[in-house]
Amino acid sequence: MTHTVLVTGVSRHIGARVASALAAEPGVGRVIGVDTVPPPSAARDGGCHAGRTEFVRVDLRSPDIAQVIAAADVDVVVHVSLMSGSSRSRSAAKEHNVIGTMQLLGACQRSTTVRRVVVRSTTAVYGSAPNDPAVFTEDGEPVEAPPSGYAKDAGDVEGYVRGLARRRPDVVTSTLRFADFMGPGVDTPLTRYFTQPVPPTVLGFDPRLQFVHEDDGVEVLRRMALEDHPGTFNVAGDGVLLLSQCLRRAGRFSLPVPSPLFRLLGEAARAAGRVDFSPEQLALMCHGRVVDCGRLVRELGWQPKFGTAAAFEDFLRSRGGSGGLTAALADRLSDFAPGRPAPYKDEQ
Amino acid sequence: MCDVTRTSEEGSPGVPGDARERPGEERLAELLAFLRRRVTGEYEVDEFGFDPELNDKVLLELLRPFYRHWFRVETSGLQNIPAESGALVVANHSGTLPVDALMLQVALHDEAHRPVRLLGADLVYQLPVLAHLARKNGHTLACPEDADRLLRKGELVGVFPEGFKGVGKPFSDRYKLQRFGRGGFAASAIRAGVPIIPCAIVGAEEIYPKVGDVPALARLLGLPYLPITPFFPWLGPLGLVPLPSKWLIEFGEPIMTDHYDPIDADDPMLVFNLTDQVRETIQSRVDALRLRRGPAFPSFF
Repeated sequence: MTHTVLVTGVSRHIGARVASALAAEPGVGRVIGVDTVPPPSAARDGGCHAGRTEFVRVDLRSPDIAQVIAAADVDVVVHVSLMSGSSRSRSAAKEHNVIGTMQLLGACQRSTTVRRVVVRSTTAVYGSAPNDPAVFTEDGEPVEAPPSGYAKDAGDVEGYVRGLARRRPDVVTSTLRFADFMGPGVDTPLTRYFTQPVPPTVLGFDPRLQFVHEDDGVEVLRRMALEDHPGTFNVAGDGVLLLSQCLRRAGRFSLPVPSPLFRLLGEAARAAGRVDFSPEQLALMCHGRVVDCGRLVRELGWQPKFGTAAAFEDFLRSRGGSGGLTAALADRLSDFAPGRPAPYKDEQ
Repeated sequence: MCDVTRTSEEGSPGVPGDARERPGEERLAELLAFLRRRVTGEYEVDEFGFDPELNDKVLLELLRPFYRHWFRVETSGLQNIPAESGALVVANHSGTLPVDALMLQVALHDEAHRPVRLLGADLVYQLPVLAHLARKNGHTLACPEDADRLLRKGELVGVFPEGFKGVGKPFSDRYKLQRFGRGGFAASAIRAGVPIIPCAIVGAEEIYPKVGDVPALARLLGLPYLPITPFFPWLGPLGLVPLPSKWLIEFGEPIMTDHYDPIDADDPMLVFNLTDQVRETIQSRVDALRLRRGPAFPSFF
């Protein structure tokens, strides 16, 4: 039996890549891509959204999505259109995330053909607080649930997925909590942050960060769409980078500012339309977040190809080289030294 | 971890003729290589944020003079520390400021060649700078999830079950162990099946003799206590210099937990009994060690 897959959010990078990856699968008959806006020109995404994906422009917030699912006998739904609301206003993003998911999952519940639903969520649902455990597992409850913003949307979305799983036990539901995406084609508030000339940091804080490479993200979504893996899974690259380490690897000088000023700067940057800094981003910049991906690795028998550091490295390469000024300075300094530096040996 | 300290010897090539002039040059080259790694971010931290290189080369380096010359710490029972596998070091806590935690860290790093991962109070992780310094040092928040995770990974975990009750007790109560919390450490050890190593620290009690407290002001500042010592706050910052008491740290016979079932961690009676056993062991070792040490300060003091 060949699958008919519905992918939401295909007008953005990850959605488009997932759609084209699925379209290339022999077991997939049709891929229907939906989004509220038409996909950008093929040139921008390197043509990767083209292929056999049929695009249907549907506002997820309207009940039209049910008709699409019914008309095409969709049996797999991959919902990747969750967005952090970078360009639009917060309320529009919330409407898109929460109401859109309600409509989509409502349609899935009614449908007689849908067998599998894969939903993209985020590790932001764990929040970011000083009194949390250092590493989150899927069962862990955050000490403070995120009170607002993108993270709350994702929490609500996960709630609706659990509702669907309860009401339609015959439908396999997978929820994927992704760490921040990183890679050549990724454009998020965080990637824009790292391309600032002098990124501000919060004075006295050095958060632990984790990234997932876009290739790995697409691969996880592809596998989840084609096989039954019910449950909730964290998805992140192996290892951890500290924010200070990221900035050093990017060869950038940072500007430590006290947290109230950091918030103000964020607001100003948002008003100027440069970077989007939401309160949850401020929390992330203070306390960081690390998740355990053991369950995903065990379930799929597969490990993300890129670790956190490798994903960041790949991102830096795509944005024009890493190292930069600080590395050059250190190299110049070593030139004056008479001996050759011994490489640091680390057995681990 | 310990290879960091060894690099200087390993790095020297087998050219005996150069032996006299090389060390200086080599040290400079090493320092530059170290600086380069630091400024380019080419080092690893683990998922808890532990930065072994920074810990060894910078943070511990600052503590070593205190360890060796100020407190003249003597250790015993190092053979009770497993070379590789996981274990839970349980120690008494005292001294108004947790200097004993820092000294325990130096002792285990330099003498047992194991980085110790301490489980700290919430307060530490709410403060800027300190929270992230503690993480880079290898420590984390005292919560069952983190403790279990570290022990499962085979790390050497250290804990002070007395918490603020121990570190902030008045000088008149010195060397009297306080209540051991809810015994969460014992449950974690049972779940992971790792030995508990009772550790007695003598000497920390005398560094800042806490003779008074200002509870109202402490509440205002969100602190568990605001100490008054014979020197603080009277001498200002000078009052923060710890008194040079003589320290002894002893690691006792491991108390095995591998004969319990991990399910037993949910049995409160068993956990309480094990907690009491550990507490009594440490109290008796503290008493013995105190006798062996004699006066905290040289007689002319």
